[in-house]
Amino acid sequence: MSIPKSYLSIDQIASRIPDGALIGVPKDDGGVSMAITRALIRRKARDLRLLTVPVSSVQADMLIGAGCVSKIETSGVSLGEFGAAPNFRRAVEHGKIAIHDATCPALYAELQASEKGVPFMPLRGILGSDILANRADWKTINNPMADVQDPIVLLPARRPDFALFHARYGDKHGNIWVSGRRECILLAHASAQTFASVEEIWDGNLLEDERMVAGTIPPVYVSGVAHAPKGAWPLALSGCYDQDGDHLKMYVEAAKSEEAFAEYINSQILTSESTA
Amino acid sequence: MLDGCKNIAVGASSPIPGCAALLAQAVTNGGTRASILGSNKHNPFNDGGPELFDRAGQGRVDAFFLSGGQIDGEGNINLVSAGPYPKPDTRFPGSFGSSYLYFSVPRVILFREEHSRRVFVEKVDFISAPGWSPPEVHRPGGPHALITSLCVFMYNRERHRFRLEGLLPGVSLEEVQDNTGFDFDHSENIKPVPPPEPDRVKLLHTAIAAEISETYPEFAQERLGYHD
Repeated sequence: MSIPKSYLSIDQIASRIPDGALIGVPKDDGGVSMAITRALIRRKARDLRLLTVPVSSVQADMLIGAGCVSKIETSGVSLGEFGAAPNFRRAVEHGKIAIHDATCPALYAELQASEKGVPFMPLRGILGSDILANRADWKTINNPMADVQDPIVLLPARRPDFALFHARYGDKHGNIWVSGRRECILLAHASAQTFASVEEIWDGNLLEDERMVAGTIPPVYVSGVAHAPKGAWPLALSGCYDQDGDHLKMYVEAAKSEEAFAEYINSQILTSESTA
Repeated sequence: MLDGCKNIAVGASSPIPGCAALLAQAVTNGGTRASILGSNKHNPFNDGGPELFDRAGQGRVDAFFLSGGQIDGEGNINLVSAGPYPKPDTRFPGSFGSSYLYFSVPRVILFREEHSRRVFVEKVDFISAPGWSPPEVHRPGGPHALITSLCVFMYNRERHRFRLEGLLPGVSLEEVQDNTGFDFDHSENIKPVPPPEPDRVKLLHTAIAAEISETYPEFAQERLGYHD
């Protein structure tokens, strides 16, 4: 399949995400667009506000280490089996980025409120935590449906300026297919615009194929698509390739010092990737 | 500890609980269902990230596992940071789903291999999720037990305290006390934790090692000697 004429390059997508934007990104097994992440670093994006859905790994760590992020709302940033996220840890410990700590279902609830166009979503739990104590924007009310005392937390609708992820397929009609990654569908519905990179071009119309339609995001939500083979690397893309453990180990080592990480950015991102 | 659980869920960065859940699934011939976050083969759900929390909110998850950078004697857990917040001395990854699942899952088993006063503190610096809540708070869930490399504690929900239930081979009460920063209850004669049955050890190093390697390849190789 040839690349559809409407498609952008990953660098064109990066140039359409302005400094200061609020960007929603999926967790590391959810289709992370590392290709667009590297393009944002190449264009020296600044003051990005990250909303991780609901957690992140190398993507958030790399953007923070490259100086692209001023604020993060997250339930956790970790490299999992490869250890702590060094840039994230250093930036928080030195007070270089603002952090809004959250818990996973609260971030989904904030997006669900946005998706429905309602001002808030209630959620059980969280009461008595220092997560709640540090969130002026999260409110506690008494359940108005109950006859007894029953406190419950309300999460405000959160509408990212951009949803950003990597999908398995895109077609020439502008559809993208994320399989069972419902959090990407939620994120696209909740966000003002969606940009995606896609692994492969699907020959046909994803929205008209009964087998594909449930995992498809139609073009009414999507502002731009780029073709980027291995676009999730060094993370995995389900059904296509595993994470690159050797690279992630090397990444964690490099990220442990600012000097080594600057060299990583220079050799792995600024000078090595093609800008297809 | 997982007896009678129909649905056991395992969250992020939890290879040891993942093995326990898969072992429970194997020895009950499917009477127990394990779901491993991050796995394709061992996660029999298809509605994306929110589904685990939706199921837990409905009471459809019987057991879950949590850990902590700090854990205190009331069962409060801290996955955020040591020192002043938000600019701490040491930042941990974050609270993940703990602030919610600690309330909604009936049997939450705490696990932390490192048994030290750095981890088991008198009072946590940051409460990711509280060990107990006042009576007006809707809370079907909470801590059930705490497993470390030295011992097993059970949690008493009326007293909001841990009780030392069993010692691992070669471990004394004094060693646990010396390495624990909080007070806990115990009887005069604390039982040793029985060693796992040989057939289960064998299962862990064969079938379970292969299953967990999908999600935790490094762990399967280093701790269970698994090579595919």
